[in-house]
Amino acid sequence: MAAADDLQFEEFGDAATSLGANPDDTTISIEDPGETPKHQPRLLRGSGREEDDDLLGNDDSDKTELLAGQKKSSPFWTFEYYQTFFDVDTYQVLDRIKGSLLPIPGKNFVRLYIRSNPDLYGPFWICATLVFAIAISGNLSNFLIHLGKKTYHYVPEFRKVSIAASVIYAYAWLVPFALWAFLMWRNSKVMNFVSYSFLEIVCVYGYSLFIYIPTAILWIIPQKAVRWILVMIALGISGSVLAMTFWPAVREDNRRIALATVVTILLLHTLLSVGCLAYFFDAPEMDHLPTTATPNQTVAAAKSS
Amino acid sequence: MAEATESAGDGGAASPRPLFAGLSDITISQDIPIEGEITIPMRSRIREFDSSTLNESVQNTIMRDLKAVGKKFMHVLYPRKSNTLLRDWDLWGPLFLCVILALMLQRDAVDSEKYGGPQFAEVFVTLWFGAVTITLNSKLLGGNISVFQSLCVLGYCILPLTVAMLICRLVLLVELGPVNFLVRLLVVILMFAWSVVASTAFLADSQPPNRKTLAVYPVCLFYFVISWMVLTFTPQ
Repeated sequence: MAAADDLQFEEFGDAATSLGANPDDTTISIEDPGETPKHQPRLLRGSGREEDDDLLGNDDSDKTELLAGQKKSSPFWTFEYYQTFFDVDTYQVLDRIKGSLLPIPGKNFVRLYIRSNPDLYGPFWICATLVFAIAISGNLSNFLIHLGKKTYHYVPEFRKVSIAASVIYAYAWLVPFALWAFLMWRNSKVMNFVSYSFLEIVCVYGYSLFIYIPTAILWIIPQKAVRWILVMIALGISGSVLAMTFWPAVREDNRRIALATVVTILLLHTLLSVGCLAYFFDAPEMDHLPTTATPNQTVAAAKSS
Repeated sequence: MAEATESAGDGGAASPRPLFAGLSDITISQDIPIEGEITIPMRSRIREFDSSTLNESVQNTIMRDLKAVGKKFMHVLYPRKSNTLLRDWDLWGPLFLCVILALMLQRDAVDSEKYGGPQFAEVFVTLWFGAVTITLNSKLLGGNISVFQSLCVLGYCILPLTVAMLICRLVLLVELGPVNFLVRLLVVILMFAWSVVASTAFLADSQPPNRKTLAVYPVCLFYFVISWMVLTFTPQ
């Protein structure tokens, strides 16, 4: 364990976790001579927090006040408490969105972009935009598919907005809660070196849903092949963001449980995207069926008569 | 003048700090009385103390409030950077506009289709819930605008979209077709842009400069959703 300090650090994520591997090491500010200078400022803050998380028993980052002096000092019933979750600037939100669109292998989204400043602005408004994007695109796509038919009367389908909102907000809040509870339970059994607070998990899930906004808009194109390719691409990008975020958190655990966790995360994500595609967007082949049915019907009518 | 005598007196008594050093040699022997007229240019103060609003006719009261609302409508239609909407906020205009918009957007009672257009309550709740959410968002981001001022601005800036709804309703009386749709689309796009420009003219300054986009984006989303509801309205 002590030899881990002498290892050459290549990845930011590995460096943080192997430094946190020393429970006996009580130093907060860490200057490792083997590091590149680029990583040093980040490592200073990042490693300090992880040690705090480990030493204080994996509490929420609410309780780690050693390095973040001004955050989360108000009681939860004041307005200022909730203002700390919106303490982001425009460029930070744009950076986080960019990080969710371009997952770099080996770089952890939480450590790289969120860095103990989880915000609720991104998850909330990305989910809101996604709700309306899906509902409006679904409506538009159905309109374009059924355009030529005489019996089709256009309806705005306003009910689908509330259904979409329930589904997406439930996914963006309940799944992170379940995952956080599961990770807390595993952390009590196995000493994990990377742990996330509930808000950080909500943040990752919220920003990982951003790729679905342009995907939903492109789903208007009524070609089945195009839609499924888009599903693959979106799933690949957001799935890899999630997998790379949560793999370090379960890696120390039993191999099977770790794999099962990551597979479950990806499976739920797949279920969300495929379910939205199936429910809100009518299949484009449906308009072929009536045209092929009517000649059969006329042929059958001619045969029977 | 009184100050000059005072300072002269102080200078004569050898005060430790001569405030008006240059005036120390001005001496005025006699007292000069101060007289003049003071006019307080605040009419509202006089209104409070006078209780004349109790005695005025109902027509005066209603016309005064209607004029205030009308003045704000004009400010929305010609958005300039002014403080009128923020200083004298009122919620009559937003209520009036929301009710008209919801009345026009609701589907008929006969329509029993499962996924039709929104009902009156759905539109009303969407509008107010959306406005409250945006207000909360801008306060949480650190804006220095009060809740009611923000609701007032957001409500008043629905006016161009209400006008668009009226125009769409009129256009829909003519025969339907792609030209009809294009006209409605252009009108709605124009009014959406107008709403967004009007509301950002009032709201953008109240945010810290590095978060302006974060505060303005939900406003655009809000008006986009309302424009979508206006555009997709189909008569039964």
